[in-house]
Amino acid sequence: MEWTMHGRIIKGGQATGEALVSPEPVGFLGGVDSETGIVIEPGHPLEGRSVAGKVLVFPHGKGSTVGSYTILRLARHGVAPAAMLNAESEAIVAVGAIIADIPMLDNVAIAQIQDGDFIEIDGDSVLVRRPEPPAKTS
Amino acid sequence: MAKTLHLSSEEEEVLAGTEGPGRQRAMEIVATLGRIYGAERLLPIVHAHIAGVSYKNLGDAGISFLQEWAAEGAQVVVPTTLNPMGLEEARWQEIGFAPEFALPQLKAIDVFRQMGIRPTMSCTPYLFSEYLPRVGAHLAWAESSAVVFANSVLGSYSNREGGPSALAAAIVGRTAAYGLHIESARRANWVIDVAVPLRSIADFGALGYVVGKTVGNGVPYFRDLARWLLPLPPREQLVDGSPAVDRLKTLGAALAAYGAVALYHIADYTPEAISSGKEIIAPDARHLRVDSLSPALAAMDADPDVTAIDLVTIGCPHASLHELALVADFLQGKRLRTKLWVTTGRITRQRGLEAGYVQQIEVSGGMVVADTCAVVAPLRSLHIHTMATNAGKMACYAPAHSGVKMRFGTMEQCLQAAVTGFWPVSDG
Repeated sequence: MEWTMHGRIIKGGQATGEALVSPEPVGFLGGVDSETGIVIEPGHPLEGRSVAGKVLVFPHGKGSTVGSYTILRLARHGVAPAAMLNAESEAIVAVGAIIADIPMLDNVAIAQIQDGDFIEIDGDSVLVRRPEPPAKTS
Repeated sequence: MAKTLHLSSEEEEVLAGTEGPGRQRAMEIVATLGRIYGAERLLPIVHAHIAGVSYKNLGDAGISFLQEWAAEGAQVVVPTTLNPMGLEEARWQEIGFAPEFALPQLKAIDVFRQMGIRPTMSCTPYLFSEYLPRVGAHLAWAESSAVVFANSVLGSYSNREGGPSALAAAIVGRTAAYGLHIESARRANWVIDVAVPLRSIADFGALGYVVGKTVGNGVPYFRDLARWLLPLPPREQLVDGSPAVDRLKTLGAALAAYGAVALYHIADYTPEAISSGKEIIAPDARHLRVDSLSPALAAMDADPDVTAIDLVTIGCPHASLHELALVADFLQGKRLRTKLWVTTGRITRQRGLEAGYVQQIEVSGGMVVADTCAVVAPLRSLHIHTMATNAGKMACYAPAHSGVKMRFGTMEQCLQAAVTGFWPVSDG
């Protein structure tokens, strides 16, 4: 199954990757380890998982504005998400995406995306490919 | 209905990269924030204040990013000041900071200087006469305690910017017209009655705790707070600090730290409450009555079992000249048994030197430390484990950021602790 959605460009570009979906907002300062890309916020739905190379899908950012620099540090350490999709963007993640050159869209129907979907982003379009249930594993 | 952001032809050119990649990236940040928050245009700003200065937050990645941005031609085009960094430039070796921290930190400051930013290293730009903003001035300030002071006490207009967004605004001289730059967003949506006496800076911090926790990012209107405040000094003396300036400085810092308040009004006292009267209150405003500060004071005095104090800190937000005078006066003829840092901006420290306050404090064994504070300095490496302060914001952040145990009380209790080395037995 595959379909295309559209969003609003926050940081333009092209990216591909596997979706990592958080139903909860993501706080980067103190929430994601800038050296490893692993989510470290206790109790967060993504706790223990790595954002590196993923298309990170979450409603919006939260926490300190210094989180923009955490996103930059993830990128400089090679463990940033390949792209970010938000329902509704805010300043922390948007500025982080711009200074770290990470493609990012908002106004995306993120509820339609599941963990493991394969995502291709090009400009404002989001192509979602979902492997058929009995099909080959990832 | 989403509004559309219209850029002038000059702004479009910057965004297209005609003026180089440094200005292009800055415009991209400013314009994107405008699109996200529904601005219809950009506004010229008169001053920017940059946070995210400490090596603790920037890391090596942040410093190389700033170096690249500077190399791309990023230069500020409006007066721009800097928040505290992680050490005092003049005496970092004497205080005991490690070179592994100090050298990258000083490198970061060099990059900011190359961009044309003034190395003020203080969270209180409004205490420096050159930067004191005027009523109605549009600013791009990061540093939540300064934003709330500028909006509330000075009647200037600023959103709570992040470090990079304030820097971007400084580079293009503009910010997007949304949030607190728009009159209608400045109306109060909470009415606060304070039914307890407010006798100290610590009490004002506790009030900030209670109200901040309740209103979040709302705009509180204090109906009867003016009776606990002396009149504000005239504009030219405001930068010296005063009993009222010092209390409002701590109130705003605590409101912003425990909540996310960027603007408050005080009936018959702050500029917009005076000019608009009750019109400044939104019709659907909610109501809060503060009957007791005891739970807040108890929460901020987080470790009541701690008696031996490693470091007493006064000056969060950075101490005013008036606070330096109070500390100097208290310490006259006394000798300290533990470390005392009165943290302030280098401009205020210089004025304190000229007035003799710094010498009085330092002859007793205290330090008037410029450029930094006990939240952004790497305290663990200085072997500080217990701290005392009279500042609500410090009590909020130092335990988590610096890993210290905290005693919280009045300036007199704190200075008494500096003299004896132990938190004084409570006398109410």
